[in-house]
Amino acid sequence: MTPAQFDGLMPIVILMGIAVLLFAGGHFVSVLLAPKKPSLLKETPYECGEQPVGSAWSAFNVRFYVVGLIFIIFDVESVLMFPVASIFKELNEVGEGGYALIVFLSFISVLIEGIAYCWKKGDLDWVKSFQVSSKK
Amino acid sequence: MNQTLVSYLSQYEFYDVLLGIFGKNEGLLAFVIYLLFAGAIVGLCATIGGLGTYAERKISADIQQRIGPNRVGPYGILQFLADGVKMITKEDVMPNTADKFLFYLAPMLALIGVFATLAVLPWSNGFMMADLNVGIFYLIAISSLVGVSVFLGGYASNSKWSMLGGMRGASQIISYEIPVTISILSITLLAGGMGFGTILSQQQGTPIHWYIFHNPFAFIAFFVYFIGALAETNRAPFDLPEAESELVSGYHTEYTGMRFGFFALAEYIEVFVVCGVGAALFLGGGNLPFNVQIDIIPLQLFQVVIFMTKALILYYVVIWIRWTFPRLRVDQLMSICWKYLTPIAIFNLVGNAVWIVVFNGKSIADLVFGGH
Repeated sequence: MTPAQFDGLMPIVILMGIAVLLFAGGHFVSVLLAPKKPSLLKETPYECGEQPVGSAWSAFNVRFYVVGLIFIIFDVESVLMFPVASIFKELNEVGEGGYALIVFLSFISVLIEGIAYCWKKGDLDWVKSFQVSSKK
Repeated sequence: MNQTLVSYLSQYEFYDVLLGIFGKNEGLLAFVIYLLFAGAIVGLCATIGGLGTYAERKISADIQQRIGPNRVGPYGILQFLADGVKMITKEDVMPNTADKFLFYLAPMLALIGVFATLAVLPWSNGFMMADLNVGIFYLIAISSLVGVSVFLGGYASNSKWSMLGGMRGASQIISYEIPVTISILSITLLAGGMGFGTILSQQQGTPIHWYIFHNPFAFIAFFVYFIGALAETNRAPFDLPEAESELVSGYHTEYTGMRFGFFALAEYIEVFVVCGVGAALFLGGGNLPFNVQIDIIPLQLFQVVIFMTKALILYYVVIWIRWTFPRLRVDQLMSICWKYLTPIAIFNLVGNAVWIVVFNGKSIADLVFGGH
Protein backbone atom coordinates (compact mmCIF):
# COMPACT_ATOMS: atom_id res chain seq x y z
CA MET A 1 0.00 0.00 0.00
CA THR A 2 1.45 3.32 -1.03
CA PRO A 3 1.46 6.20 1.45
CA ALA A 4 -1.58 8.41 0.94
CA GLN A 5 0.32 11.55 0.06
CA PHE A 6 1.87 9.89 -2.99
CA ASP A 7 -1.46 8.68 -4.36
CA GLY A 8 -1.82 11.67 -6.64
CA LEU A 9 1.55 11.09 -8.23
CA MET A 10 0.78 7.68 -9.69
CA PRO A 11 -1.43 8.95 -12.56
CA ILE A 12 1.17 11.58 -13.42
CA VAL A 13 3.90 8.97 -13.73
CA ILE A 14 1.54 6.76 -15.76
CA LEU A 15 0.69 9.59 -18.16
CA MET A 16 4.36 10.47 -18.61
CA GLY A 17 5.06 6.80 -19.28
CA ILE A 18 2.31 6.73 -21.90
CA ALA A 19 3.88 9.79 -23.56
CA VAL A 20 7.26 8.06 -23.73
CA LEU A 21 5.72 4.82 -25.01
CA LEU A 22 3.67 6.68 -27.62
CA PHE A 23 6.78 8.47 -28.83
CA ALA A 24 8.81 5.28 -28.95
CA GLY A 25 5.97 3.37 -30.61
CA GLY A 26 5.35 6.03 -33.25
CA HIS A 27 9.06 6.08 -33.94
CA PHE A 28 9.23 2.31 -34.23
CA VAL A 29 6.31 2.15 -36.69
CA SER A 30 7.85 5.00 -38.66
CA VAL A 31 11.17 3.15 -38.88
CA LEU A 32 9.35 0.06 -40.16
CA LEU A 33 7.20 1.82 -42.75
CA ALA A 34 9.07 4.90 -43.88
CA PRO A 35 11.62 4.87 -46.68
CA LYS A 36 15.24 5.56 -45.75
CA LYS A 37 17.31 6.97 -48.57
CA PRO A 38 19.65 9.51 -47.03
CA SER A 39 21.68 11.76 -49.26
CA LEU A 40 24.05 14.59 -48.54
CA LEU A 41 21.74 17.32 -49.82
CA LYS A 42 18.78 15.98 -47.88
CA GLU A 43 20.72 16.12 -44.65
CA THR A 44 21.87 19.71 -45.02
CA PRO A 45 20.02 22.19 -42.82
CA TYR A 46 17.53 24.23 -44.80
CA GLU A 47 18.79 27.67 -45.69
CA CYS A 48 16.61 28.69 -48.62
CA GLY A 49 18.34 26.28 -50.96
CA GLU A 50 21.80 27.75 -50.51
CA GLN A 51 24.78 26.03 -48.92
CA PRO A 52 24.53 26.77 -45.20
CA VAL A 53 27.03 29.37 -44.07
CA GLY A 54 28.63 28.40 -40.79
CA SER A 55 26.91 26.86 -37.81
CA ALA A 56 23.70 28.16 -36.30
CA TRP A 57 25.23 27.85 -32.83
CA SER A 58 26.76 31.28 -32.78
CA ALA A 59 26.54 34.36 -30.60
CA PHE A 60 22.97 35.50 -30.19
CA ASN A 61 21.20 38.74 -29.46
CA VAL A 62 21.59 39.69 -25.81
CA ARG A 63 17.93 40.80 -25.71
CA PHE A 64 16.84 37.23 -25.10
CA TYR A 65 19.16 36.99 -22.12
CA VAL A 66 17.67 40.14 -20.57
CA VAL A 67 14.14 38.81 -21.11
CA GLY A 68 15.21 35.60 -19.40
CA LEU A 69 16.55 37.53 -16.42
CA ILE A 70 13.39 39.62 -16.03
CA PHE A 71 11.32 36.45 -16.29
CA ILE A 72 13.24 34.74 -13.49
CA ILE A 73 12.69 37.68 -11.14
CA PHE A 74 8.94 37.80 -11.78
CA ASP A 75 8.49 34.07 -11.82
CA VAL A 76 10.18 33.59 -8.46
CA GLU A 77 8.10 36.38 -6.98
CA SER A 78 4.84 34.98 -8.28
CA VAL A 79 5.82 31.52 -7.02
CA LEU A 80 6.40 33.00 -3.58
CA MET A 81 2.96 34.62 -3.67
CA PHE A 82 1.09 31.35 -4.26
CA PRO A 83 1.20 30.13 -0.61
CA VAL A 84 0.04 33.53 0.62
CA ALA A 85 -2.75 33.63 -1.94
CA SER A 86 -4.06 30.22 -0.97
CA ILE A 87 -4.48 31.10 2.73
CA PHE A 88 -5.50 34.73 2.18
CA LYS A 89 -9.21 33.93 2.33
CA GLU A 90 -8.83 31.95 5.55
CA LEU A 91 -6.89 34.80 7.12
CA ASN A 92 -9.70 37.15 6.12
CA GLU A 93 -12.28 34.87 7.70
CA VAL A 94 -10.51 34.86 11.06
CA GLY A 95 -10.35 38.65 10.97
CA GLU A 96 -6.70 39.08 9.97
CA GLY A 97 -7.66 40.33 6.51
CA GLY A 98 -6.33 43.87 6.88
CA TYR A 99 -2.99 42.71 8.20
CA ALA A 100 -2.66 40.08 5.46
CA LEU A 101 -3.59 42.66 2.84
CA ILE A 102 -0.87 45.04 4.01
CA VAL A 103 1.77 42.30 3.95
CA PHE A 104 0.55 41.12 0.55
CA LEU A 105 0.53 44.63 -0.92
CA SER A 106 3.99 45.41 0.41
CA PHE A 107 5.25 42.28 -1.31
CA ILE A 108 3.51 43.20 -4.57
CA SER A 109 4.93 46.71 -4.34
CA VAL A 110 8.41 45.16 -4.61
CA LEU A 111 7.21 43.46 -7.78
CA ILE A 112 5.84 46.73 -9.15
CA GLU A 113 9.07 48.46 -8.24
CA GLY A 114 10.96 45.84 -10.23
CA ILE A 115 8.86 46.31 -13.34
CA ALA A 116 9.04 50.10 -13.03
CA TYR A 117 12.83 49.92 -12.81
CA CYS A 118 13.08 47.70 -15.89
CA TRP A 119 10.68 49.98 -17.74
CA LYS A 120 12.69 53.09 -16.84
CA LYS A 121 15.94 51.43 -17.90
CA GLY A 122 14.37 50.64 -21.27
CA ASP A 123 14.76 46.89 -20.88
CA LEU A 124 11.12 46.29 -21.73
CA ASP A 125 11.59 47.77 -25.20
CA TRP A 126 12.66 45.25 -27.78
CA VAL A 127 14.90 47.79 -29.47
CA LYS A 128 16.47 49.58 -26.54
CA SER A 129 16.58 53.29 -27.19
CA PHE A 130 20.15 54.41 -26.72
CA GLN A 131 19.21 58.07 -26.61
CA VAL A 132 17.60 57.61 -23.23
CA SER A 133 20.73 56.11 -21.70
CA SER A 134 23.11 58.59 -23.35
CA LYS A 135 21.25 61.60 -21.92
CA LYS A 136 22.80 61.07 -18.51
CA MET B 1 -4.61 15.44 1.39
CA ASN B 2 -4.96 14.79 -2.32
CA GLN B 3 -8.23 13.52 -3.70
CA THR B 4 -7.78 11.10 -6.56
CA LEU B 5 -9.94 9.22 -8.99
CA VAL B 6 -9.49 6.04 -6.96
CA SER B 7 -10.52 7.67 -3.70
CA TYR B 8 -13.58 9.03 -5.52
CA LEU B 9 -14.53 5.66 -7.00
CA SER B 10 -14.00 3.90 -3.67
CA GLN B 11 -17.27 5.36 -2.37
CA TYR B 12 -19.22 3.19 -4.82
CA GLU B 13 -20.14 -0.41 -4.23
CA PHE B 14 -18.52 -1.77 -7.38
CA TYR B 15 -15.14 -0.70 -6.05
CA ASP B 16 -15.38 -3.37 -3.35
CA VAL B 17 -16.32 -5.94 -5.98
CA LEU B 18 -13.31 -4.95 -8.06
CA LEU B 19 -11.15 -5.07 -4.97
CA GLY B 20 -12.29 -8.63 -4.42
CA ILE B 21 -11.29 -9.54 -7.98
CA PHE B 22 -7.83 -8.09 -7.49
CA GLY B 23 -7.32 -10.03 -4.29
CA LYS B 24 -7.51 -7.03 -1.92
CA ASN B 25 -4.43 -5.50 -3.55
CA GLU B 26 -5.35 -1.80 -3.51
CA GLY B 27 -2.13 -0.64 -5.13
CA LEU B 28 -2.61 -2.93 -8.12
CA LEU B 29 -6.27 -1.96 -8.51
CA ALA B 30 -5.35 1.73 -8.35
CA PHE B 31 -2.72 1.15 -11.02
CA VAL B 32 -5.19 -0.60 -13.31
CA ILE B 33 -7.88 2.08 -12.84
CA TYR B 34 -5.38 4.86 -13.52
CA LEU B 35 -4.01 3.03 -16.55
CA LEU B 36 -7.49 2.59 -18.04
CA PHE B 37 -8.43 6.22 -17.46
CA ALA B 38 -5.07 7.50 -18.67
CA GLY B 39 -5.52 5.47 -21.84
CA ALA B 40 -9.04 6.81 -22.30
CA ILE B 41 -8.01 10.42 -21.65
CA VAL B 42 -4.99 10.22 -23.96
CA GLY B 43 -7.15 8.66 -26.65
CA LEU B 44 -9.79 11.32 -26.22
CA CYS B 45 -7.25 14.15 -26.26
CA ALA B 46 -5.40 12.74 -29.26
CA THR B 47 -8.72 12.61 -31.09
CA ILE B 48 -9.51 16.16 -30.02
CA GLY B 49 -6.04 17.22 -31.17
CA GLY B 50 -6.54 15.47 -34.50
CA LEU B 51 -10.01 16.88 -34.97
CA GLY B 52 -8.52 20.22 -33.93
CA THR B 53 -6.37 20.27 -37.05
CA TYR B 54 -9.44 19.37 -39.09
CA ALA B 55 -11.57 22.01 -37.34
CA GLU B 56 -8.85 24.57 -37.88
CA ARG B 57 -8.77 23.96 -41.62
CA LYS B 58 -12.53 23.77 -41.93
CA ILE B 59 -13.19 26.93 -39.89
CA SER B 60 -10.46 28.86 -41.70
CA ALA B 61 -11.99 27.73 -44.98
CA ASP B 62 -15.35 28.96 -43.77
CA ILE B 63 -13.91 32.32 -42.76
CA GLN B 64 -12.14 32.70 -46.10
CA GLN B 65 -15.15 31.42 -48.07
CA ARG B 66 -13.48 28.24 -49.25
CA ILE B 67 -14.66 24.66 -48.89
CA GLY B 68 -11.71 23.17 -47.02
CA PRO B 69 -10.89 19.46 -46.73
CA ASN B 70 -13.81 17.44 -48.11
CA ARG B 71 -12.32 14.31 -49.68
CA VAL B 72 -11.45 11.89 -46.86
CA GLY B 73 -14.58 10.56 -45.22
CA PRO B 74 -17.88 12.44 -44.87
CA TYR B 75 -17.15 16.19 -45.06
CA GLY B 76 -13.46 15.35 -44.87
CA ILE B 77 -13.69 14.50 -41.18
CA LEU B 78 -11.17 11.65 -41.46
CA GLN B 79 -8.55 14.05 -42.82
CA PHE B 80 -6.51 13.87 -39.61
CA LEU B 81 -6.19 10.09 -39.90
CA ALA B 82 -4.92 10.47 -43.46
CA ASP B 83 -2.46 13.10 -42.24
CA GLY B 84 -1.32 10.77 -39.47
CA VAL B 85 -0.71 7.91 -41.91
CA LYS B 86 1.18 10.28 -44.18
CA MET B 87 3.38 11.41 -41.30
CA ILE B 88 4.21 7.85 -40.24
CA THR B 89 5.19 6.80 -43.74
CA LYS B 90 7.30 9.88 -44.45
CA GLU B 91 11.05 9.66 -44.48
CA ASP B 92 12.68 10.78 -41.28
CA VAL B 93 15.34 13.32 -42.17
CA MET B 94 17.76 14.76 -39.67
CA PRO B 95 20.38 17.40 -40.49
CA ASN B 96 23.85 15.86 -40.32
CA THR B 97 25.10 18.72 -38.17
CA ALA B 98 22.27 18.42 -35.64
CA ASP B 99 22.68 17.42 -32.01
CA LYS B 100 21.16 13.96 -32.36
CA PHE B 101 20.24 13.30 -28.74
CA LEU B 102 18.52 16.65 -28.21
CA PHE B 103 16.87 16.37 -31.62
CA TYR B 104 15.19 13.16 -30.45
CA LEU B 105 14.49 14.50 -26.98
CA ALA B 106 12.66 17.71 -27.94
CA PRO B 107 9.36 16.29 -29.31
CA MET B 108 9.29 13.75 -26.48
CA LEU B 109 9.59 16.51 -23.89
CA ALA B 110 6.71 18.34 -25.55
CA LEU B 111 4.56 15.20 -25.36
CA ILE B 112 5.54 14.48 -21.73
CA GLY B 113 4.83 18.06 -20.67
CA VAL B 114 1.42 18.10 -22.30
CA PHE B 115 0.34 14.62 -21.19
CA ALA B 116 1.38 15.29 -17.60
CA THR B 117 -0.94 18.30 -17.47
CA LEU B 118 -3.84 16.01 -18.39
CA ALA B 119 -3.54 14.36 -14.97
CA VAL B 120 -5.02 17.34 -13.12
CA LEU B 121 -7.46 18.51 -15.79
CA PRO B 122 -10.89 18.51 -14.07
CA TRP B 123 -13.24 16.63 -16.38
CA SER B 124 -15.89 16.66 -13.66
CA ASN B 125 -16.07 16.84 -9.88
CA GLY B 126 -15.21 13.17 -9.55
CA PHE B 127 -13.39 12.30 -12.74
CA MET B 128 -10.10 13.97 -12.03
CA MET B 129 -7.15 11.66 -12.32
CA ALA B 130 -5.55 13.45 -9.40
CA ASP B 131 -7.02 16.45 -7.61
CA LEU B 132 -3.68 17.58 -6.21
CA ASN B 133 -3.85 20.24 -3.54
CA VAL B 134 -1.33 22.20 -5.63
CA GLY B 135 -3.26 21.45 -8.85
CA ILE B 136 -3.00 24.67 -10.81
CA PHE B 137 0.52 25.34 -9.55
CA TYR B 138 1.60 21.92 -10.76
CA LEU B 139 -0.02 22.61 -14.12
CA ILE B 140 1.89 25.86 -14.61
CA ALA B 141 5.13 24.19 -13.60
CA ILE B 142 4.86 21.09 -15.76
CA SER B 143 3.56 22.89 -18.84
CA SER B 144 6.76 24.92 -19.00
CA LEU B 145 8.39 21.71 -20.25
CA VAL B 146 6.78 22.62 -23.57
CA GLY B 147 8.76 25.86 -23.62
CA VAL B 148 11.93 23.88 -23.01
CA SER B 149 11.07 21.55 -25.87
CA VAL B 150 10.44 24.45 -28.23
CA PHE B 151 13.85 25.89 -27.46
CA LEU B 152 15.58 22.50 -27.58
CA GLY B 153 13.99 21.71 -30.92
CA GLY B 154 15.24 25.00 -32.32
CA TYR B 155 18.69 24.61 -30.86
CA ALA B 156 19.27 20.96 -31.72
CA SER B 157 18.40 21.38 -35.41
CA ASN B 158 21.46 23.56 -36.00
CA SER B 159 19.58 25.50 -38.65
CA LYS B 160 19.32 29.26 -38.55
CA TRP B 161 15.57 29.37 -39.03
CA SER B 162 15.08 26.85 -36.26
CA MET B 163 17.42 28.70 -33.96
CA LEU B 164 15.60 32.00 -34.51
CA GLY B 165 12.25 30.32 -33.99
CA GLY B 166 13.42 28.52 -30.87
CA MET B 167 14.87 31.69 -29.37
CA ARG B 168 11.71 33.66 -30.10
CA GLY B 169 9.57 30.81 -28.82
CA ALA B 170 11.46 30.53 -25.55
CA SER B 171 11.41 34.27 -24.86
CA GLN B 172 7.72 34.52 -25.80
CA ILE B 173 6.61 31.55 -23.72
CA ILE B 174 8.49 32.63 -20.61
CA SER B 175 7.35 36.25 -20.98
CA TYR B 176 3.66 35.43 -21.28
CA GLU B 177 3.91 33.00 -18.40
CA ILE B 178 4.04 36.01 -16.05
CA PRO B 179 0.60 37.55 -16.83
CA VAL B 180 -0.93 34.05 -16.98
CA THR B 181 0.54 33.08 -13.62
CA ILE B 182 -0.56 36.31 -11.97
CA SER B 183 -4.09 35.95 -13.39
CA ILE B 184 -4.25 32.42 -12.00
CA LEU B 185 -2.95 33.84 -8.71
CA SER B 186 -6.06 36.05 -8.60
CA ILE B 187 -8.26 32.96 -8.83
CA THR B 188 -6.20 31.23 -6.14
CA LEU B 189 -6.84 34.25 -3.98
CA LEU B 190 -10.60 34.08 -4.55
CA ALA B 191 -10.84 30.31 -4.12
CA GLY B 192 -8.52 30.05 -1.15
CA GLY B 193 -6.70 27.05 -2.58
CA MET B 194 -4.78 25.79 -5.56
CA GLY B 195 -6.57 22.48 -6.14
CA PHE B 196 -9.09 22.23 -8.95
CA GLY B 197 -11.57 20.58 -6.58
CA THR B 198 -11.49 23.63 -4.30
CA ILE B 199 -11.77 26.06 -7.18
CA LEU B 200 -14.66 24.21 -8.83
CA SER B 201 -16.64 23.59 -5.65
CA GLN B 202 -17.06 27.34 -5.17
CA GLN B 203 -18.45 27.99 -8.63
CA GLN B 204 -21.44 25.69 -8.34
CA GLY B 205 -24.82 26.83 -9.53
CA THR B 206 -25.96 29.33 -12.12
CA PRO B 207 -23.45 31.24 -14.27
CA ILE B 208 -23.46 34.24 -11.92
CA HIS B 209 -21.42 32.13 -9.50
CA TRP B 210 -18.62 31.62 -12.01
CA TYR B 211 -15.39 33.34 -11.12
CA ILE B 212 -15.47 35.43 -14.29
CA PHE B 213 -18.52 37.22 -12.83
CA HIS B 214 -17.19 37.25 -9.27
CA ASN B 215 -15.96 40.83 -9.46
CA PRO B 216 -14.77 43.26 -12.16
CA PHE B 217 -11.13 42.36 -11.59
CA ALA B 218 -11.73 38.67 -12.12
CA PHE B 219 -13.58 39.56 -15.30
CA ILE B 220 -10.51 41.34 -16.67
CA ALA B 221 -8.25 38.57 -15.37
CA PHE B 222 -10.02 36.08 -17.65
CA PHE B 223 -9.10 38.07 -20.74
CA VAL B 224 -5.52 38.53 -19.55
CA TYR B 225 -5.35 34.77 -18.98
CA PHE B 226 -6.80 34.00 -22.39
CA ILE B 227 -4.48 36.34 -24.30
CA GLY B 228 -1.49 35.03 -22.39
CA ALA B 229 -2.56 31.45 -23.01
CA LEU B 230 -2.80 32.14 -26.74
CA ALA B 231 0.77 33.37 -26.68
CA GLU B 232 1.98 30.47 -24.55
CA THR B 233 0.65 27.93 -27.00
CA ASN B 234 2.18 29.84 -29.93
CA ARG B 235 -1.18 30.51 -31.51
CA ALA B 236 -1.80 33.37 -33.90
CA PRO B 237 -1.64 36.36 -33.53
CA PHE B 238 1.30 35.31 -31.35
CA ASP B 239 2.69 32.62 -33.66
CA LEU B 240 6.06 34.32 -34.09
CA PRO B 241 8.11 31.20 -33.26
CA GLU B 242 6.66 29.48 -36.32
CA ALA B 243 5.82 32.48 -38.45
CA GLU B 244 5.78 30.83 -41.85
CA SER B 245 6.18 34.02 -43.83
CA GLU B 246 9.40 35.06 -42.10
CA LEU B 247 10.92 31.98 -40.43
CA VAL B 248 9.95 29.17 -42.86
CA SER B 249 8.47 27.06 -40.08
CA GLY B 250 10.32 28.19 -36.97
CA TYR B 251 11.59 25.70 -34.46
CA HIS B 252 10.31 22.64 -36.32
CA THR B 253 11.74 23.58 -39.74
CA GLU B 254 14.03 20.54 -39.72
CA TYR B 255 11.50 18.13 -38.25
CA THR B 256 9.85 15.71 -40.61
CA GLY B 257 7.52 12.76 -40.39
CA MET B 258 6.57 11.36 -37.03
CA ARG B 259 8.57 13.79 -34.92
CA PHE B 260 6.89 16.75 -36.54
CA GLY B 261 3.60 14.96 -35.97
CA PHE B 262 4.33 14.71 -32.24
CA PHE B 263 5.14 18.41 -32.07
CA ALA B 264 1.85 19.22 -33.80
CA LEU B 265 -0.09 16.79 -31.61
CA ALA B 266 1.42 18.27 -28.44
CA GLU B 267 0.59 21.77 -29.61
CA TYR B 268 -3.04 21.01 -30.38
CA ILE B 269 -3.56 19.12 -27.13
CA GLU B 270 -1.96 22.00 -25.25
CA VAL B 271 -4.44 24.40 -26.79
CA PHE B 272 -7.23 22.16 -25.54
CA VAL B 273 -5.62 22.01 -22.09
CA VAL B 274 -5.35 25.79 -21.72
CA CYS B 275 -8.95 26.14 -22.94
CA GLY B 276 -10.01 23.54 -20.39
CA VAL B 277 -8.13 25.30 -17.62
CA GLY B 278 -9.72 28.59 -18.63
CA ALA B 279 -13.13 26.95 -18.52
CA ALA B 280 -12.43 25.41 -15.12
CA LEU B 281 -10.94 28.49 -13.49
CA PHE B 282 -13.25 31.17 -14.82
CA LEU B 283 -16.29 29.56 -16.40
CA GLY B 284 -17.37 27.06 -13.77
CA GLY B 285 -15.83 23.97 -15.38
CA GLY B 286 -18.11 20.98 -15.39
CA ASN B 287 -20.43 22.26 -12.71
CA LEU B 288 -24.12 21.68 -13.32
CA PRO B 289 -26.21 24.84 -13.65
CA PHE B 290 -28.47 23.65 -10.81
CA ASN B 291 -27.88 22.20 -7.38
CA VAL B 292 -28.14 18.45 -6.98
CA GLN B 293 -27.41 16.52 -3.85
CA ILE B 294 -27.13 13.04 -5.35
CA ASP B 295 -23.85 11.88 -6.87
CA ILE B 296 -24.19 9.21 -9.53
CA ILE B 297 -21.97 8.22 -12.46
CA PRO B 298 -24.34 9.43 -15.27
CA LEU B 299 -24.40 12.86 -13.67
CA GLN B 300 -20.62 12.88 -13.67
CA LEU B 301 -20.63 12.00 -17.38
CA PHE B 302 -23.03 14.88 -17.96
CA GLN B 303 -20.52 17.14 -16.19
CA VAL B 304 -17.81 15.90 -18.55
CA VAL B 305 -20.03 16.92 -21.46
CA ILE B 306 -20.53 20.40 -19.97
CA PHE B 307 -16.81 20.81 -19.38
CA MET B 308 -15.98 19.68 -22.90
CA THR B 309 -18.56 22.04 -24.37
CA LYS B 310 -17.09 25.05 -22.58
CA ALA B 311 -13.54 24.08 -23.46
CA LEU B 312 -14.42 23.49 -27.10
CA ILE B 313 -16.22 26.82 -27.36
CA LEU B 314 -13.00 28.46 -26.17
CA TYR B 315 -11.13 26.29 -28.69
CA TYR B 316 -13.36 27.68 -31.42
CA VAL B 317 -12.58 31.22 -30.27
CA VAL B 318 -8.85 30.43 -30.44
CA ILE B 319 -9.18 29.29 -34.06
CA TRP B 320 -11.44 32.21 -34.88
CA ILE B 321 -8.85 34.66 -33.49
CA ARG B 322 -6.12 32.98 -35.50
CA TRP B 323 -7.85 33.61 -38.80
CA THR B 324 -9.02 37.11 -37.93
CA PHE B 325 -6.03 39.00 -36.57
CA PRO B 326 -2.71 39.70 -38.29
CA ARG B 327 0.51 38.57 -36.68
CA LEU B 328 2.31 40.92 -34.29
CA ARG B 329 5.84 42.21 -34.70
CA VAL B 330 8.35 40.94 -32.18
CA ASP B 331 8.71 44.31 -30.44
CA GLN B 332 4.93 44.69 -30.23
CA LEU B 333 4.79 41.20 -28.76
CA MET B 334 7.16 42.11 -25.95
CA SER B 335 5.56 45.47 -25.23
CA ILE B 336 2.07 43.93 -25.07
CA CYS B 337 3.31 41.41 -22.54
CA TRP B 338 5.45 43.56 -20.29
CA LYS B 339 3.87 47.00 -20.65
CA TYR B 340 0.19 46.08 -20.86
CA LEU B 341 -0.68 42.57 -19.73
CA THR B 342 1.67 42.29 -16.76
CA PRO B 343 0.71 45.65 -15.15
CA ILE B 344 -2.98 44.87 -15.79
CA ALA B 345 -2.55 41.44 -14.23
CA ILE B 346 -0.84 42.92 -11.15
CA PHE B 347 -3.62 45.52 -10.91
CA ASN B 348 -6.18 42.71 -11.02
CA LEU B 349 -4.34 40.84 -8.30
CA VAL B 350 -4.31 43.88 -6.02
CA GLY B 351 -7.96 44.57 -6.88
CA ASN B 352 -8.97 41.03 -6.02
CA ALA B 353 -7.10 41.13 -2.70
CA VAL B 354 -8.73 44.43 -1.74
CA TRP B 355 -12.14 43.13 -2.87
CA ILE B 356 -11.84 40.09 -0.61
CA VAL B 357 -11.02 42.22 2.42
CA VAL B 358 -13.58 44.95 1.74
CA PHE B 359 -16.53 42.74 0.75
CA ASN B 360 -15.47 39.77 2.88
CA GLY B 361 -14.94 37.46 -0.07
CA LYS B 362 -18.45 37.88 -1.47
CA SER B 363 -19.10 38.00 -5.19
CA ILE B 364 -21.27 40.59 -6.94
CA ALA B 365 -24.09 38.03 -7.13
CA ASP B 366 -23.90 37.45 -3.36
CA LEU B 367 -23.96 41.20 -2.70
CA VAL B 368 -26.93 41.81 -4.99
CA PHE B 369 -29.05 38.77 -4.22
CA GLY B 370 -27.71 37.98 -0.77
CA GLY B 371 -26.73 34.47 0.17
CA HIS B 372 -23.75 32.23 0.77
